[in-house]
Amino acid sequence: MQLLVNIVVLAAIYALISCGYVLIYRVSRVLNLAHGELMMLGAYLLYSTASLLGDSPITALLMSALLGLVAGILVYLFLMRRMTGEMVLAAVLCTIALGVMLRGITVLIWSAQVRHPLAALGWSNPSLQILGDARISLVNAILIGLTALVYAGLFGFLGFTRSGIRMRAAGQNPLLASQRGIRLHGIYALAWGLSTFTAGLAGMLISMDSSLDGTMVMLGLKAFPAALVGGLDSLAGALLGSAIIAIAEVTLIHYVNPLLSDVVPFIVLLAVLVVRPWGLFGSKEELDRV
Amino acid sequence: MPHASGYFRTSYNDDLALLDTRTQKVSCALFLLCLVALPFFAKPLLIDIANQVFLAAVGALALMLLTGFAGLVSLGHAGLLAAGAFTTGILFRELAAPIWVTLPASACTGAILGFVFGLPSLRLRGLYLAVSTLGLHFIVVYVGGEYETRRGFSTGITLDPPQLFGFALADGRAWYFLLLAIAVAATLFSLNLLRSKTGRAWRALRANETVAEALGVHVSSYKLIAFVISSTMTSVAGCLFAYYHSFVSIEAFSLFLSIQYVAMVLIGGMGSVLGALLGAFFVTLLPYVVEWTTAVLPLPASITGLVFAINQAVFGIVMVLFLLFEPQGLVGLWRRVQNYFLLWPFRQTPLSGSK
Repeated sequence: MQLLVNIVVLAAIYALISCGYVLIYRVSRVLNLAHGELMMLGAYLLYSTASLLGDSPITALLMSALLGLVAGILVYLFLMRRMTGEMVLAAVLCTIALGVMLRGITVLIWSAQVRHPLAALGWSNPSLQILGDARISLVNAILIGLTALVYAGLFGFLGFTRSGIRMRAAGQNPLLASQRGIRLHGIYALAWGLSTFTAGLAGMLISMDSSLDGTMVMLGLKAFPAALVGGLDSLAGALLGSAIIAIAEVTLIHYVNPLLSDVVPFIVLLAVLVVRPWGLFGSKEELDRV
Repeated sequence: MPHASGYFRTSYNDDLALLDTRTQKVSCALFLLCLVALPFFAKPLLIDIANQVFLAAVGALALMLLTGFAGLVSLGHAGLLAAGAFTTGILFRELAAPIWVTLPASACTGAILGFVFGLPSLRLRGLYLAVSTLGLHFIVVYVGGEYETRRGFSTGITLDPPQLFGFALADGRAWYFLLLAIAVAATLFSLNLLRSKTGRAWRALRANETVAEALGVHVSSYKLIAFVISSTMTSVAGCLFAYYHSFVSIEAFSLFLSIQYVAMVLIGGMGSVLGALLGAFFVTLLPYVVEWTTAVLPLPASITGLVFAINQAVFGIVMVLFLLFEPQGLVGLWRRVQNYFLLWPFRQTPLSGSK
């Protein structure tokens, strides 16, 4: 029973992180390898706002979530916009460089000490008893709910709102989309903002549940296989992929070896890449033509 | 290579020659002479840095062959280095094997890993390939870590200096000559490979895979050859890395190391052997430069504990700057400087429309 709860929690974490990968890849075909660092940035922003606005935790939370959104838009405007028209590889290298830079800068600003944003907010994290003898922490329960909410929001946004439809159009064919009067830069910036926003949410909740230091980056990287297994351009795929990775990881950790934790997602990833590189729900890449 | 005055190739041998003119030959010889003379004057620290540059150059050349020429992206280079280093470490610890055994064994491990992880490249392109090599990195690191904990070397494996021709390589100066020889050999090997059929096939692959296949390049075998050669060279570098530091630990082979190697190729300039060497030099020296600058600048004392973080930040910023303003890398800069002096007092104006 506890195993099941662990799987659901981990799946929710991966799902919340991987939807950012999917959003950016779907819209601009760029793989954002700085996602883990942006997630960490969100968590550190929460720590700062919580220390500054200690008396009103809700404001601090909202403020840091908003700052995450702004950070994503800024990253696009000042960095990724310059990479438009370059090779996709150059753009990916650019995100790697951004990640390295962010890692250094966060340590410079917030030092390498382990931080506890939850304590800074002045809240506690009681452990709840559900489903017989299984236990789940309050923050994790909130995280599962929030993941559901984020996915519902994203499905609604992409399916029904005007900007969402434009975003899908830009992802399908940028040239045609821009000829129909869609402002590509605006759409891309929005995608980066939303992606960083969800990454920030994930970072905040994870850091509230445990603690906050540089190792969070690894978690962001481990969520990437989840996005790829489901198909890099499919939100539903990201959900399913997260579930698959979480099941594989939790069961293998439990029954085989705890050290496997960092490798399992990548083994699953390699298996999927060999059999079905475009993922379970992803669309096949177009054939090369001369 | 631009020339100031008329230089005409009159035979196929001229086309194949690695060095064209007498000036080039002389300057190359002088440069090598300087390198050979360096350890007789330099301080130990400088020799140590030079050794690290040579080690990095071998790895960077290997990655350049794979990424810069064959156009296959790899983010698992640290994994391959780790594979070479751990093969050496394990053989030394378990069997007390000499360098004559460990070096070829590391090369074999590299070749096998290169073959196995080159197989996905037959189906995958670009990003997906980069991701699968990332998987390679984590798997190798996991296996290495598992060995460390199982055998009780949780802090790392220590190695004795290797015996070569009856005397131990413990001195930095002795290492300098060995590593210099190996780096020169790797450079010559790469240059020679690139003017052969294999090198031309790789360039064709990188330019356009479909066209290359239509022209009769056997795509899958040349991709695999690229992977095998690159990872063999990298593993050899890993083996030397282990002996040079006389210590192997999985912490040394983080993802950051892979990124550093990618940065060497990128900062040096894609598709150029000189670029790989310059990139290795630049990236290896960068942390030392940062350290010296922070020591010289009047910064608060608390900053000294954060040197690693400053390094990372500076490293990221430098990478971004190169990507944005000089995608051709250091080689691009070098060519521009060369052109400036060749054309002086005239100035080359870029064609309108091109950047």
